[in-house]
Amino acid sequence: MFGDRIGSVEVLAGLLILLVVFRGPVADAISGPRLQTWTTVFVSVMVQAVPFLVFGVVLSAVIAVFVPRTFWAKALPKHPALAVPVASCAGVILPGCECGAVPIAGSLIRRGVTPAAALAFLLAAPAINPIVLTATAVAFPQNPEMVVGRGVASLIVAMLMGWLWLRLGRADWIRLPHRPDLDGLSKGRAFFSAVRHDVVHAGGFLVLGAMAAACINVLVPERWLQTLADNPILSVLALAVLAVLLSICSEADAFVAASLSQFSLTARLTFLVVGPMVDLKLISMQAGVFGRRFAFRFAPATFAVAVLVAVGVGAVVF
Amino acid sequence: MNRQAQAVVLLLLGGAVLKASLTDMYLRYVKEGLQPFLIGSAILLIAVAVMTLVHDLRPARRTAGAAVDRSAEEDHDHGHDHGHGGKGHHEPRVGWLLILPVLGLLLVAPPALGSYAAGQAGTALGSQPLSDYPPLPEGDPVRIGVLDYASRAIFDKGVSLGDRRVQLTGFVATGANGEPILARMILSCCAADGRPIKLGLAGDPPTGLAPDTWVDVVGRYSDRIAKDPVNDEEIPYLEVESWRQVDPPKQPYE
Repeated sequence: MFGDRIGSVEVLAGLLILLVVFRGPVADAISGPRLQTWTTVFVSVMVQAVPFLVFGVVLSAVIAVFVPRTFWAKALPKHPALAVPVASCAGVILPGCECGAVPIAGSLIRRGVTPAAALAFLLAAPAINPIVLTATAVAFPQNPEMVVGRGVASLIVAMLMGWLWLRLGRADWIRLPHRPDLDGLSKGRAFFSAVRHDVVHAGGFLVLGAMAAACINVLVPERWLQTLADNPILSVLALAVLAVLLSICSEADAFVAASLSQFSLTARLTFLVVGPMVDLKLISMQAGVFGRRFAFRFAPATFAVAVLVAVGVGAVVF
Repeated sequence: MNRQAQAVVLLLLGGAVLKASLTDMYLRYVKEGLQPFLIGSAILLIAVAVMTLVHDLRPARRTAGAAVDRSAEEDHDHGHDHGHGGKGHHEPRVGWLLILPVLGLLLVAPPALGSYAAGQAGTALGSQPLSDYPPLPEGDPVRIGVLDYASRAIFDKGVSLGDRRVQLTGFVATGANGEPILARMILSCCAADGRPIKLGLAGDPPTGLAPDTWVDVVGRYSDRIAKDPVNDEEIPYLEVESWRQVDPPKQPYE
């Protein structure tokens, strides 16, 4: 896009020099309290996500380079419908938040794991791991049933979405980004090439999501929620939408849910089930890793299933 | 975006995160416990950037096959920059966005959440009720957290506070009627989930201070309670005896 004579490195260097020269005016331009809060929230979402992104990408590069294809054929049941629940439960072993799970799921699909199982893993991993469930127990000391409800509902949603994909999903919706061909490179070279590509790629989409989340954080005053809390149906929908918009990491969302005490427990359970599975930064990353055709079908479907399951589980446990 | 540019962006990102996590700066954005993971991931990012540059400068040409593969990879990377721009996903171009957090950390370095964020959100006390409150530690005045004071004042009705003098640190924010209040943000993960704990100030409250000024206040329990108009939660009061302006603490959140 810049022609062949001026390469990306030169553009980058020029951009950085300009920014250092005009540092003063740039800093002044964002000194208003609202913009400053936006910047703080944006930077903190990024800082918080970087370790999870990097470790998720490293794990996915290990899967891509060092784990042989035959391993997955042996580890997962042959039948895709059985592989889905196994993959959902495997989510327990990945204590992280959602930013790491997206590149890992992409890597699993590349290595021949059936997409239905990889997607079930993608949904389950951030929601039912031990750290998240412990945080939920700490945030709701008076309602231990919230932990059970969250674990059960999230597991059901992950499995339903896996099976739904088996019935309705089409392979051509998933368009994994072109990654430099790793075969033929030495293992070390292939590993670093995969990590570099995935961090730049998934990280770029993470930036988009973090910017969106910072906008919501600054633009939507909590006062608006107050008016919705009294209506049982509206309160569930309001918190489900809020979970999508706020894009809080799954290890922290329980504390935020606990502080939304004007809402019913079912509405807050919906917040906890939807948040780790569908939110702005996840949609952005999924669009990047799996393609837009996939993300714009998968995210709304997951949202609908998650809300219905959370309400159903809420009716049973509360 | 070619591979060298990607390497430079990763180097900058890793460097910015490393710099923030080796100073107190990261505490403005995330919890203290994340520090080792931040350092680890920053070192990994820098290593990936360095290895990419090394691999690029010393191409593997030992075997003819490897050399062909490498030039094929080069072609693919170029294909991203020029080729399928309009349709599908703009793969590496989105990577340019990674410069934004680098600029945020290195050039702007935004402050911790302050009075603006505190005004936007309702006091978050309702989230953490305890069943019983242990006696206050020794000391006169005894230094306790804003959250601790507020929970004892509301849920314990001030019983465990008694007539003791307490010392609290927080920043000045503007209350519902324009009067100064004392606030402190609490975090569970990062600043995106930061929520305020608010205290009303009775007695001799700080006056003439700009919002976001950090103060140390000494005072006693007051049974006065106000309602936060944002979320209808209760805001306890503190009977202020004295106050002084202080520097922002190293750990801005509770």
